[in-house]
Amino acid sequence: MLKMKNLQAELKESIIEQLNLEDMKPGDIENDEPLFGDGLGLDSIDALELIVLLEKDYGIKLTDPAQSREIFGSINSMAEFIEANRTQ
Amino acid sequence: MQQDFYIKNWVKIKNGKVSNSEKVIFNSSETDLSIFFKAVYNFLELKYPKFHKMDGLSKLGILGAEILFREHKISPDTALILSNNASSLETDRQFHESISSFASPTLFVYTLPNIVLGEISIKFKLQSENAFFVSDSFNAELLKNYSESLLTSGKSSEVLCGWLDLENGEYDVFLCLVSPEINMPFSEENLKKLYFAENEKPTSRT
Repeated sequence: MLKMKNLQAELKESIIEQLNLEDMKPGDIENDEPLFGDGLGLDSIDALELIVLLEKDYGIKLTDPAQSREIFGSINSMAEFIEANRTQ
Repeated sequence: MQQDFYIKNWVKIKNGKVSNSEKVIFNSSETDLSIFFKAVYNFLELKYPKFHKMDGLSKLGILGAEILFREHKISPDTALILSNNASSLETDRQFHESISSFASPTLFVYTLPNIVLGEISIKFKLQSENAFFVSDSFNAELLKNYSESLLTSGKSSEVLCGWLDLENGEYDVFLCLVSPEINMPFSEENLKKLYFAENEKPTSRT
């Protein structure tokens, strides 16, 4: 449980840094908030950056682009996917 | 009958100094580009989160256009005719460096100089003619002729034209808003006069 909370917090910080969301703080992102569309408002280039982030920080290489819609749904879904698939 | 056009307003950004046709509006000794850009962004009280994701050239374009456009109601047909020497080299180099580990998609999308035209168009809701020329040095004749042809043909009611260069952390920006509204006559001579005024190191690389 604590491990998952730490991962969620780590992800929020990484996303803010990697995607240059300068006006945001980790506390502004809810765990179940949609990352794309009406939620955080990320775009398609941000999605590519998140794919890079998964590989760089967690050793996860996404091979099926269709997967990303589900994985990047929210911080919760990202954290669950990373926890189940991380190699580093 | 030949119609006359005028430089309605202009902006220069160089060596930490931001000025318009009336005065210096912002001055900073900050040499770190990203800090300087953010300081100008804050000074202009911009609220545009996408700005922080842009490369340096686009940030300069947005800041310059904001200063020119905020005081005037602009028409969606306002054309953008920009030029520089370094193209998108600053970002090209950063992207090249990123390839050695993980190629950055964010940097990749800015590896063309004309991306700044798109960013300005999105921010100010322009649906207009645009072009970005890469040349050795400031070419007043090119800017004057191209802008004038758009204005006289009726394709654009106003034109934002000028020089937007960034390389090795040095930036040299001179943008002007050309319009039928009377002010300084839009001529090669006046474009050169404004660009070279107080510009100790005009961009010129061959």
